[in-house]
Amino acid sequence: MRIALFSTCIVDGMYPKVARATVDILERLGHEVVYPQGQTCCSQMHVNSGYFDDAYTIVKNHVESFEEWDFDVAVAPSGSCVVALDHQQGMIAERKGDHDLARRANALAARTFELSELLIDVLGITNATEELGSYFPEHVTYHSSCHGMRLGKLGTRQSDLVRTVEGIKYTELEGLDQCCGFGGTFSFKNADTSGAMVEDKIENIENTGASLCTGGDASCLMNIGGALSRKSSAVQTIHFAEILASTKENPLKVEGLVSIAGGKK
Amino acid sequence: MSVTQLGMPQVRHGVGNIFETEPFPQYAKRELKNEQLRANLGFATHKIRTKRAAVTGELPDWEDLRTAGSMIKQKVMANLPEYLEEFEKNFTARGGHVHWARDAHEANEIALKLIRAEGVDEIIKIKSMATAETGLNEYLEENGVYAIETDLAEEIVQLGDNDRPSHILVPAIHRNRTEIRDIFRRKIEGVDPNLSDNPAELAEASRFRLREKFLSTKVAVSGVNFGIADTGTMTIVESEGNGRMCLTLPETLITFMGIEKILPTVEDYEVFLQLLPRSSTGERMNPYTSTWTGVTPGDGPQNLHVILMDNGRTAALADEVGRQALHCIRCSACMNVCPVYERAGGHAYGSTYPGPIGAILSPQLGGIENEYNGTLPYASSLCGACYDACPVKINIPEVLVHLRGKDIDAKKAKKGAPTQMDAIMLGAKTIFSSGKVMALAEKGLPLSKIVTGKDHKISWLPGLVGGWTDYRDIPEPPKQSFRNWYKKERPSESKRVSGERVDIAALLEKNKDKAAEAHAAAEAAGVDVPAAVTQEAM
Repeated sequence: MRIALFSTCIVDGMYPKVARATVDILERLGHEVVYPQGQTCCSQMHVNSGYFDDAYTIVKNHVESFEEWDFDVAVAPSGSCVVALDHQQGMIAERKGDHDLARRANALAARTFELSELLIDVLGITNATEELGSYFPEHVTYHSSCHGMRLGKLGTRQSDLVRTVEGIKYTELEGLDQCCGFGGTFSFKNADTSGAMVEDKIENIENTGASLCTGGDASCLMNIGGALSRKSSAVQTIHFAEILASTKENPLKVEGLVSIAGGKK
Repeated sequence: MSVTQLGMPQVRHGVGNIFETEPFPQYAKRELKNEQLRANLGFATHKIRTKRAAVTGELPDWEDLRTAGSMIKQKVMANLPEYLEEFEKNFTARGGHVHWARDAHEANEIALKLIRAEGVDEIIKIKSMATAETGLNEYLEENGVYAIETDLAEEIVQLGDNDRPSHILVPAIHRNRTEIRDIFRRKIEGVDPNLSDNPAELAEASRFRLREKFLSTKVAVSGVNFGIADTGTMTIVESEGNGRMCLTLPETLITFMGIEKILPTVEDYEVFLQLLPRSSTGERMNPYTSTWTGVTPGDGPQNLHVILMDNGRTAALADEVGRQALHCIRCSACMNVCPVYERAGGHAYGSTYPGPIGAILSPQLGGIENEYNGTLPYASSLCGACYDACPVKINIPEVLVHLRGKDIDAKKAKKGAPTQMDAIMLGAKTIFSSGKVMALAEKGLPLSKIVTGKDHKISWLPGLVGGWTDYRDIPEPPKQSFRNWYKKERPSESKRVSGERVDIAALLEKNKDKAAEAHAAAEAAGVDVPAAVTQEAM
């Protein structure tokens, strides 16, 4: 299958290792991965901040960039950005009176999947050890990011895959489905409320005794990881794609704050 | 008022207690420092949330009920004038009097006139969001009439000095038992000076005060949960029975009713009698359900009035996306699951309507351009918990985003100087306008080392984005973005290949049970559940 990767702006710029892990997993399964170079962002940041006119430019760029390429499905390692394609891009185009772009955006969104959704629903993967050769002997807990879980209806797909990784110790997080307080520009427009939310989240994470918190959205992990870092916590954050990509032959080394939180490697 | 109508009628916003008087972030910042408030709120919302989850989970047709509720409300909004006229006709035919109020001022004036006609200076009241919205109690007091709140929680708020409700269902959610005991000891005349904080004793103290009022007061004011058009019936659901005292004992009953509260038929009421108690108090059925249709000589109030109030509702109705806020049945499920409400509390919303529904209802009723109403749609992380909880499926996140767009448009129309946010968004748009621009911008990422500390993290940023670094670090950006790495590693990819596309729909169909299978595989792999989680589940 020819799979187009939508890296999302935050993974592309801040967490390239998450995109590389996504490519690793898909190529290991024998698929061809292509990367439309014109892509940038899903437009969610502008839409959610009320800047609909600016968002239109970004939506147009997204649709045109992917249309230049031939592929069977597109994938993004982010539930939130996939939800933005599904729920917002068409609305932004319609609002501008561009019905044609709305139709094309919706068609593209219909064949863009979040990573766990692609793996399970499209590719039929149910066991990471057996089918992906994943190996990760660490103690992890998991935060289910809101958009993917509620609007994207991902359910337990991400954690289900993580839990079947060989060697992993998985501890369920109390208040698993509570928002981490990121919310895009909410995190600085309502900094204090957002700060109170992430404080509760990291307290629950530390209470699990896990050394890593995983999840499916780099933005939430940056929020949680940033708060853990500020507290000089020993716990770090890691995207679930990195866990699935880790194998016995090529294990992911968890070392230092930066490799996990910032992707310096 | 004579207005020449040219084409579309002018939008008329509401007035009263629906305006934020300071920006939400500022008010919230203050409230967040109140440890007692946060502890009370956290405890109470978690308790109701757990109860609600249990009783909605046990109904196999819960989702169908939500759909039915949503559809009935859509029908009401599409035919509002017809249903209101039908209600007026039937209510009047059964001996009631209907008054129409364009806004809160008019509603209050009508009520005062009716109360004065009875020659009293004290009335009893059933807890009502509509009268909180109009500021009726304050208005009456200015005009020499004292309104006694008979709902226990509302009574606590009223007796507490300069207090305000902070939750639409549990107005005194911010108070704990000890605080309530202190208020009662101070304010209830003749109360036992050794009153303890035992809930039964507190309830008894309230009963002691109110019983006498029920038996001696001639006029009662209420709100209403639903008005039923085809019979002219009104209904109130409550937990304590004090409402029923007010509905049956006085001679005159004046009811405030927002025009959106109408239901077409009694059959429709059946749906909401299931949705409302389960969503609001987590009960299968509310303890007291009262319905009244017209006047019966010698039984109950002989003077029956209803004030049908707009107060910005038709303005909200004019907004195709935002009008769903009018579907709200005031159950409070959204605020009980909202992580923002849980931390900031109800007062921070500055309006009669707090929480997620308040964040979309208040700016629509009062106008997004007014006061600080424009800060309310941003008082949400858009986590979507409210949408999941809403018994009538109001897509609150969708409306929040829609109103943010209106707020930005309104500000642009005013042509003020660009804000920091405008600058950030313009910069980001420029970078996101094409892959080429973004690739170039990412080459500049290592420049951020200027603000990166020796520990490879960014711990301070200036201005608006500084809110982020007040609470968290930002990791040092990588040396190379994915895009630039990919370009270097795999330069010769072809955009087009011949050959047929894989049939994705067929694959999805073939794998339709895979999610359940994946979950079963994960369950088999095991999970370590911490003690705290097990306790909560029990």
